[in-house]
Amino acid sequence: MSAEGGEIEVGLPLEVRARIVLSDFTLEVDERIEARGVTAIFGPSGSGKTTLLRAIAGFERPARGRIALGERVFSDAEAGEFVPPHLRPIGFLFQDARLFDHLDVAGNLDFGARRRGRGDARFASGDVIASLDLAPLLPRRVDGLSGGERQRVALARTLLSGPELLLLDEPLSALDAARKAEILPYLETVTRRFGIPTLFVSHDLDDVVRLADRVLVLDDGQIAGEGPTAAVVEGLDRPSVAERGEASVVLEGRVLRHDARLHLTLVDLHGDTVSLPLAERLEEGDPVRLRVLARDVAIAVTRPEGLSIRNVLAGRVTSIRDQGAGAADVTIQLREDHLRARLTRAAVEELVLTEGRDVFALVKSVSLDRGR
Amino acid sequence: MTSFALSAVDPAPIWITLQLATWTTVLLFVIGTPIAWWLARTRSRARPFVEAVTSLPLVLPPTVLGFYLLILMSPDAALGGLWLSLTGGTLTFSFSGLVVASMLYSLPFMVQPLAAAFEAVGRGPIEAAASLGASPADAFLRVAVPLSKRSFLTAGVLTFSHTLGEFGVVLMVGGNIPGSTRVLSIAIYDHVETLRYAEAHALAAGLLAFSFAVLVLVYAFDRRARVRVG
Repeated sequence: MSAEGGEIEVGLPLEVRARIVLSDFTLEVDERIEARGVTAIFGPSGSGKTTLLRAIAGFERPARGRIALGERVFSDAEAGEFVPPHLRPIGFLFQDARLFDHLDVAGNLDFGARRRGRGDARFASGDVIASLDLAPLLPRRVDGLSGGERQRVALARTLLSGPELLLLDEPLSALDAARKAEILPYLETVTRRFGIPTLFVSHDLDDVVRLADRVLVLDDGQIAGEGPTAAVVEGLDRPSVAERGEASVVLEGRVLRHDARLHLTLVDLHGDTVSLPLAERLEEGDPVRLRVLARDVAIAVTRPEGLSIRNVLAGRVTSIRDQGAGAADVTIQLREDHLRARLTRAAVEELVLTEGRDVFALVKSVSLDRGR
Repeated sequence: MTSFALSAVDPAPIWITLQLATWTTVLLFVIGTPIAWWLARTRSRARPFVEAVTSLPLVLPPTVLGFYLLILMSPDAALGGLWLSLTGGTLTFSFSGLVVASMLYSLPFMVQPLAAAFEAVGRGPIEAAASLGASPADAFLRVAVPLSKRSFLTAGVLTFSHTLGEFGVVLMVGGNIPGSTRVLSIAIYDHVETLRYAEAHALAAGLLAFSFAVLVLVYAFDRRARVRVG
């Protein structure tokens, strides 16, 4: 499973056409997801993300419809077919890890490896243990592990069971920021290194941007949008989905250099340069993905001086959209990329902003979403 | 307790009692475990009824239980008749009948701790096991049972010791046949009736000490055990 050498990687289609009725909730989905890379299922709590994942895994039985991976049908309500979870080649990483307390770490890893994962050459136990840095934990009891360690063990256990599709159910949501920062790089490494198609459920836009190639937006039991991460994230400021995420743009660039003295990392965005707090693990030339919230961008009509903001980028206004409640969303074209600024209607009028006007974008904060 | 009293004690009731408790416990493990598993996981509306039935022996006077068992086990009744045609013997006033009666009488002591343990295990680890390729039976044996092992010990010990002490049901169903159905509690009753207090003491004190030790052990071992001694 490699995209090297210019081959085009084609994933199996995961067909999910299902109606699932729970006591207080109905999920209705009709979607073909290409099982390749990392696809995020994004939406607010209660939107049905976990239910969708559980239906794919076989923990919920759809009242109607069909779930199939490639040629293999997992459930077909009309035909009365239902493959129980243990016979589906699907790995599930639970929010709460669900390690077996009666086994040590090695015992937990063995559990999956000895069943479905037996003889699966894609996931050699040495490789999995090494890529998740688990060797020192092997003899430990699981009840003494930290939250981040538990998720790492659970992820390894799932991989060792030899899944063809990996489902991650908000694996980061039970963790605090520090633990999350500890496990995120592992999730990135593992999904890439083992090339396993992954569906990743999250209500955190930052995690989605960092991990996912594609996004499926779920709202109140229905699919509300689908597409490549950058495009979907940018579309998330429409009023109907306003609560789900703030208006923002995702920018892709490359690390230019580090400045150790000023503790900064400079990133090249197709000719424009932005600086962000030093990200030591990145090397020069590494591709990075940045996210800039619209509310973190201000606009000046002349190049400002005597300013604490470091990132000042020249550009041109390409659109001004009224957002209601006295707010306006201004799009600024840079050399190649564009930014969005959330301004007040009053500011737009005072600065006499019009489409085509040359301006300076003042970026107060940039977050690093992905760095390899 | 003098050595005289001890040597005068007829060991047969002790032996019968231990056999009865052992059989009852072993058979209840076989029957009670699936009932407890079902109770812990079912969403069926029948659940409260099954729960009530398994708990009835806790609240009914043993004489009521014994009375109906006696009727059910008589050779003319369904259960007794079936047994007669299968084994050629009668259930009433026999050791086999005692085992059947004890199983019913001690059922809650097996089912309740196990059901509580299985409920505590919850669906989480079982789903995790399934997601790793474990069949339901595999997940039960390799995950649910090991996670509940303390409660298996609790349930076994409670069932065993509760059976040791039963009296009313045994008397109704088994009578007092030396060497066959005269168990410890009935032997003690017999000794007291005939004013042989020394022998009664020997047996009663032995049973008291044993039961106390068992309960201390159970409580020390399993904080979760919710023991409701009827």
